[in-house]
Amino acid sequence: MLFFSYFKELVGKEVTVELKNDLEIRGTLHSVDQYLNIKLENTRVVDQDKYPHMLSVRNCFIRGSVVRYVQLPPDGVDIDILHDATRREARGA
Amino acid sequence: MSGAGPEDVFLSTSLASYLDKKLLVLLRDGRKLLGILRSFDQFANAVLEGACERVIVGDLYCDIPLGLYVIRGENVVLIGELDLEKDELPARMISVSAAEIRRAQKAERDATDLKGSMRKRMEFLDLD
Repeated sequence: MLFFSYFKELVGKEVTVELKNDLEIRGTLHSVDQYLNIKLENTRVVDQDKYPHMLSVRNCFIRGSVVRYVQLPPDGVDIDILHDATRREARGA
Repeated sequence: MSGAGPEDVFLSTSLASYLDKKLLVLLRDGRKLLGILRSFDQFANAVLEGACERVIVGDLYCDIPLGLYVIRGENVVLIGELDLEKDELPARMISVSAAEIRRAQKAERDATDLKGSMRKRMEFLDLD
């Protein structure tokens, strides 16, 4: 639940999602769910020429199971709050 | 795709907003399917109507019609909403027949296999 809550805080921010098939998609985080499925809006593919089929895709749903990384803006994280939440989660688990 | 609590209902990543829209579905095996979403569930299983597979080899492409498809969610990588006002593909791409795209796919596969086998031979020689 920790990362679900964490991503909920990031809704509206610009992120780059790197998938396990090496596709990288930049966009605004629209929503996330308990499976960490991600919906992005206003998307652009990082290496557009390599993925011509993605040209007209502006919004997409990404299955959580295929995400390798979610790249965030450096100021997108409040480290202290994240540390506290992690400690609380570790204590509870 | 929802279900963690009442306050999360508004933040659910539901595919409902994609219903009856023409979508691009990327599969784990690299295939690209296009079609109209008619149904889905919490596993991202999906029903696509009027589905076709868009095969792309270099600048060549071909849409192969498939009909009504049920996709098992575990194979889904991404579901993208196609902006109807934009070109789906760059202008440089050329539409070819299914037979021709199959030939192009085979040629690409053979080239990759050749590259792989040559690399193995080089590694065997251990020139580094």
